[in-house]
Amino acid sequence: MRRSVQLALTVNGEPAEASVAPYKTLLEVLREDLGLTGTKHGCELGECGACAVLIDGEPQLSCLTLALGCEGRRVETIEGLARGPSLHPLQAAFADFGGSQCGYCTPGVIMTAKALLDRNPSPTRDQIREATAGNLCRCTGYQQITEAIEDAAARLRNEKTL
Amino acid sequence: MPPPGCEMKKRFDIVGKPRRRVDGRAKVTGQLRYADDLALPRMLFAKLLRSPHPHAVVEAVETERARRYPGVHLVLTGQDFPVPFGIMPVSVDEYPLARERVRYVGDPVAAVVAVDEQTAVEALRLIEVRYRVLPPVSNPEEGLQRPEPRIHDYGEQGNIHRNQSYEFGDVAEALAKSELVFEDIFFYEGNTHLPMEQQASLAFLDGEGKLQISSSTQNPHYLHRQLARVLQIAESQIRVVATPNGGGFGGKCDPGGHEFVVSKAALVLGRPVKIGLTREEVFYVHRGRHPVLFRMKTGVTKDGRLTGMHLQTLLDGGGYGSHGPASTFYTGVLTPVTYHYPRFKFEACRVFTNKPACGPKRGHGTPQPRFGQEVQLDKIARHLGMDPAELRLANVTKPESLTASWLRIGSNGLAECIRKVTGMSDWKEKHRKLGRGRGAGLACSTYMSGAGVAIYWNKMPHSGVQILLDRSGAVIVYCGATEIGQGSDDVLAGLAAEALGVDIGAVRVVTGDTGITPVDLGSYSSRVTIMAGNAALQAAERLRAQIAAVVAETLGTLPDRVVFSQGRVFAADNSGTGMTFVEAVHAAEAQLGTLSAVGSYAPPRALGKYKGAGVGPSPAYSFTACVVEAEVDERTGWIHVPKIWIAHDIGRALNPTLARGQVIGGVYMGLGEALMEEQSFRRLPEKLSGALVHRAPSMLDYKSLTALDMPEVEVAFIEDPDPNCPYGAKEVGQGPLLPVMPAVANAIFDAVGVRIDEIPITPDKVLRALHAQDKRVGPTSFPAVPYPAPTFVLPPWEGGDGKEAKRDAAAAVV
Repeated sequence: MRRSVQLALTVNGEPAEASVAPYKTLLEVLREDLGLTGTKHGCELGECGACAVLIDGEPQLSCLTLALGCEGRRVETIEGLARGPSLHPLQAAFADFGGSQCGYCTPGVIMTAKALLDRNPSPTRDQIREATAGNLCRCTGYQQITEAIEDAAARLRNEKTL
Repeated sequence: MPPPGCEMKKRFDIVGKPRRRVDGRAKVTGQLRYADDLALPRMLFAKLLRSPHPHAVVEAVETERARRYPGVHLVLTGQDFPVPFGIMPVSVDEYPLARERVRYVGDPVAAVVAVDEQTAVEALRLIEVRYRVLPPVSNPEEGLQRPEPRIHDYGEQGNIHRNQSYEFGDVAEALAKSELVFEDIFFYEGNTHLPMEQQASLAFLDGEGKLQISSSTQNPHYLHRQLARVLQIAESQIRVVATPNGGGFGGKCDPGGHEFVVSKAALVLGRPVKIGLTREEVFYVHRGRHPVLFRMKTGVTKDGRLTGMHLQTLLDGGGYGSHGPASTFYTGVLTPVTYHYPRFKFEACRVFTNKPACGPKRGHGTPQPRFGQEVQLDKIARHLGMDPAELRLANVTKPESLTASWLRIGSNGLAECIRKVTGMSDWKEKHRKLGRGRGAGLACSTYMSGAGVAIYWNKMPHSGVQILLDRSGAVIVYCGATEIGQGSDDVLAGLAAEALGVDIGAVRVVTGDTGITPVDLGSYSSRVTIMAGNAALQAAERLRAQIAAVVAETLGTLPDRVVFSQGRVFAADNSGTGMTFVEAVHAAEAQLGTLSAVGSYAPPRALGKYKGAGVGPSPAYSFTACVVEAEVDERTGWIHVPKIWIAHDIGRALNPTLARGQVIGGVYMGLGEALMEEQSFRRLPEKLSGALVHRAPSMLDYKSLTALDMPEVEVAFIEDPDPNCPYGAKEVGQGPLLPVMPAVANAIFDAVGVRIDEIPITPDKVLRALHAQDKRVGPTSFPAVPYPAPTFVLPPWEGGDGKEAKRDAAAAVV
């Protein structure tokens, strides 16, 4: 009995294919079939934001997204964010400002923040809090996350003007 | 005496400077491997069948259909686990899978191991369990009233698990002689850790056929011991690897049924077996904050001097012992550390109920009485017309003093914390001056820098570190400490780098692996910085001594004049010459052979000599003072907290970025507890089952603060290095959570004049209080608890010797 179907999508800019059970979520396919365990899960019910990835540039909860629905779409995960050996400014700022403690919510928050900065390069603190309000974090108290995103936004703006 | 590590240091290269934590890069790139990120070839998956009843006899478990289901490799039941476990030797009362009794909704009864999770879930449905339902005990009052049926066949009596009483000096007399006596009853609802990572474990047999388990545990050493016990195999045949925890907060301290299940399955099948708990299951595993009802009677003079306290606590333990015996002590023992009580009495009782077991959560047993103590002080200040800060300053304990219960308080920056936090918050201009609807509240706290005794009695060190020096110049630090997000790996790396004068990038830490690293008891009781840190410094000092003895002659100086700094080794009075650290290592290795040293640490012995004196002592106590500003809408009861100020006596901040993160994270968790977090239960209608079920075994219903709810937090550190701690650094992981709840309650009173004497403080309670005659919401009665006759001990200032005394001896002295 065949239980799997073929899936083709773009992950972090590269074509990816997998043979997956049709009921699997994007989260499961990323972690179990494509070996990209950087994307985490905290509830698998769409409550915590740990599994956030970008689908066609929009932050989405991969635990609520059926993998087959991503056929032909563009998925970005934490593994694709760094620029070669150098960290993306968001990654560097999260590490330097203490925006990541246990690190478990970190990939989801960083991807959510990337979507925010892609669309709004100069967010206010309130806009940052609003954008990340769906990402639960039990360690940091959010303040350092907000500070990190603010700092990364400034660095990204500087890169553009250079 | 200078703190460990400070003898040779005039200035620091690393300590005290904010920097990126050593595991920071792996965390922001998604490279760090948590337990559920691990996979092995031929890996199978386990799922647990959990009880739908809060209290029932398991009469039969029929597994045949599940065993025959395609894709199923193994079905386990309680019959496969004849040996119980329990983290504390005095309450070994739990089986990996329930045998003849289930004690809460969610108690695991059977396990299926299958080719994938989906198959395991399908097979679980084919297991038939025949239960004979027993009446459940839903709270401690019910447990006291109804001793039968007993939830456990051990404990003090009926459904009382632990029951104890201690009296330090004649408290009845102290209260009778007091000019004023304040009596309050408070309730603190239970809440849970809610770590972002759900527990996961992967067990397999290594190349030699030995069992290895990688697991999200805070305490690999205790898990190691319990696995050997339950599986009946030698500890030397088991290796426990604590994977980086995606948050712990105490929730991953107890061994979990799932860890035994995958280990047993791997042993039986010879294949890797993994389990990942669902979020709902994490709520069932729980081990969180005990709901505590408590009565606090405090004597005070008219000019605001505390004369004594009588504290009675009643803990809702849930279905198992867990850390309960310790939790019971902690609802009392740290209460007299912040303020001087000439006499102190505390009685505590933990009752079994048919709910998930309670255990250690950040602050372990102490936030509950601390909440009442700090709210009551606010009431006393109000009554006396004193500034709450002045009342506290008049009563703070002194550095190098003793409590009535014989705890030795070393360094103590509480007064400085109060002055600092009232200054930075502009307290005098805020308290009682912000106008109707806005208020400011103050509260203080303390916490241990590590518990003075291990969970099981032994005379061995609490932490061990081995440092290996590679001829590349790399420094490899081995320690059983566990990284749960708090930054223990970074602390170890920073201390080793500072002591050996190398760049932090030259250090690699290997931690939390019972197969490789020396024993460290675990990441609990805020013990790692102090205990593993001191062990690391001892190992580093020994290496320095080895190297210095070899290179001193070349440097033209004496060994104790050799300085290690910034990757160089040179004479103290001639920093221009010298050699690189790598050259020094080469010289030493050429003469001495492979370079390695070990260090270990055991805390000082307790002063108290009475039975039970082992709970409470610590090498050092941190202190904290906090001011919360609150706005309360009197039409809706809605509470808004715009800002929080906090000052923490940390001794020394080793990495200020980490330390600040711990403080703000603690404030966050405390504010969540204050305003919304509650692990509460409801009883299903009798026609359904009458069962006690979670109100909220999900993250949507279990409310916690989001980025939008979190106010700005302003942090100050009081840095007065403690002589027992590495470079003087005390704890910071737990203390800063503790003053937040009472500070919120006090701010709400300042804003609208209502007293909410229970946690959480929700808008409906504020509204109710606003409309109540006494402007208060909180418990109004305390049940008759059959506390035992107290262990009576004379305080140090009444001629005591720290041993149990006869009460009439006290009368003779007084």
